[in-house]
Amino acid sequence: MRRSNYLQWKETLTGYLFIAPTLLGLTVFFIIPILATILLSFTEWNFIAGVDKIKFIGLDNFTKLFQDAIFIQSLKNNLILLISIPITVVIALLLAIILNKHVYFKNTFKVIYFTPYISSVVAIAIVYQVLFHPSHGPVNQFLMSIGIDHPPTWLADTTFAIYSVLSIQVWISIGFYLIIYIAGLQGIPKDLYEAADIDGATRFQKTRFVTVPMLSPTTFFLIVTGVIYTFRIFDLIKVLTSGGPANSTTVMVYYLYDTAFVNLKTGYASAMGLILLVMVLIITIIQLIGQKKWVNY
Amino acid sequence: MQIKAPHSFSKMIMTMIIALLSIIFMLPFIWMLSTSFKIEADVFNYPIQWIPQEWNVFENYKSVWSGDYPFALYYWNSIKVSLLTTLTSILASACAAYAFAKINFKGRDFMFLLVLATFMVPGQAILVPQFVLYRWLGLFDSHLGLILLGSFSVLGTFMLRQFFLSVHNEFIESAKIDGASHFRIFFSIGLPLIRPGIATYAILRFIWTWNDYQNPLIFLRSNDLFTVQLGISKFADEFGQYYTLIMAGSVSAILPLLIIFIIGQKNVIEGIAGGGIKG
Repeated sequence: MRRSNYLQWKETLTGYLFIAPTLLGLTVFFIIPILATILLSFTEWNFIAGVDKIKFIGLDNFTKLFQDAIFIQSLKNNLILLISIPITVVIALLLAIILNKHVYFKNTFKVIYFTPYISSVVAIAIVYQVLFHPSHGPVNQFLMSIGIDHPPTWLADTTFAIYSVLSIQVWISIGFYLIIYIAGLQGIPKDLYEAADIDGATRFQKTRFVTVPMLSPTTFFLIVTGVIYTFRIFDLIKVLTSGGPANSTTVMVYYLYDTAFVNLKTGYASAMGLILLVMVLIITIIQLIGQKKWVNY
Repeated sequence: MQIKAPHSFSKMIMTMIIALLSIIFMLPFIWMLSTSFKIEADVFNYPIQWIPQEWNVFENYKSVWSGDYPFALYYWNSIKVSLLTTLTSILASACAAYAFAKINFKGRDFMFLLVLATFMVPGQAILVPQFVLYRWLGLFDSHLGLILLGSFSVLGTFMLRQFFLSVHNEFIESAKIDGASHFRIFFSIGLPLIRPGIATYAILRFIWTWNDYQNPLIFLRSNDLFTVQLGISKFADEFGQYYTLIMAGSVSAILPLLIIFIIGQKNVIEGIAGGGIKG
């Protein structure tokens, strides 16, 4: 009895030794900063000024945030960027169905569509900046050559800029969605299609009543990760537009960065961080509940 | 009832349509590459000259690589940071993954949940305290700080744990009966058995670290510590009008990764599809 106690104790100690590096790292670099974000969001502070200058101001940051026009604008832009998710879902799903069965060189195409996703966002943003150049960029030269005399100025236009970002985002993510969908397609049992054949289903009916419902867990997963990922888009905005023109492409994380590191308002930025944390938390909870409820086949 | 034979003619037509779409899809990359080969005056010629009229490859790449911006140094920095991050991250993740999969210790499930919970946190939400902490710890503006930031990966722990779970317990039990400690089992049995998992994770971690822009932007200040991503964005800011040079720089930033991706495509695609993961 004492020996088995000793063994269990040893096993537990070994277990903690093995997870110690990760646990320590996550605690120092993630868990403590999470707690600090919560605390700092109730303060007014400039981190250059030193710890003794931290001033506790209660909920002031939050009341100010919801009257802050730029913050509201960045929230709105975050919502606009969410449109990229259904667009990407539809394109990727169609492409996945075609690639899975109806073409040769399937793997080559997979690699091609996946390339933007693993490429440097910085380089992509730089290329698109030039492609979308208002007067002599290839996109507008093409549009003018087919008779559109006054094409939008894309990234230089306060209305079109955010939609330009959105379309680049679709282009970047298609590959990721595609890979996940193809994996999902391969998990659908063949006998379902055979049964549908016996019932005389057309190809469209099979897609509509077998493939799409069977993929609903995949779609649900992609939508949820897509939402969380969209809230994190930073590199693209920073390099492509720096939130401009006139804050028309700023998003929450970009405004947070700007507030914290350009305007040096640490407390105010932390309040934004907390809102971001809470939003992601809510989405995660919806995911946990929704997984059981909304996924149907 | 009839069993449909795969329609090879319609399959060929479909392949051609998809191939055409793929070319359109890749046009931004093709434009980037072809522009990096041109002389500046030809960049915006219309109709677009996909094949340069006048080649200027050597001069463009030479002025990028040996100009005021030390690209070779940025490359070296990126290689160093990405390799070391990948290495330490594999080691730390594999240890934790082994414990979560194969060691039966008290509080294991709670600890695993705790680790998973940090995964959902968007990096930017905790950027400010991380920054303050880094200044206190003296990790600000150093490669060590950057490497540490990427070394403790929930994703790596989660992925490698999946691989350890598929290792049969008999291997471990019999080694234990022979008197081997968990450390020996981990190094001599565990790690070799999950080599495919390590390869997949290593490639993904390398790609993500190489492409990372946000962390170098915030945690580095000195020019000579810059990584490729940071270097290229500063370069583009400064040489905004020299499109051929910017494109040559962009090609240089993307190319090594593209090669790694094409060599390891099977690992990358299966890793992403299997875990449904996103860096």
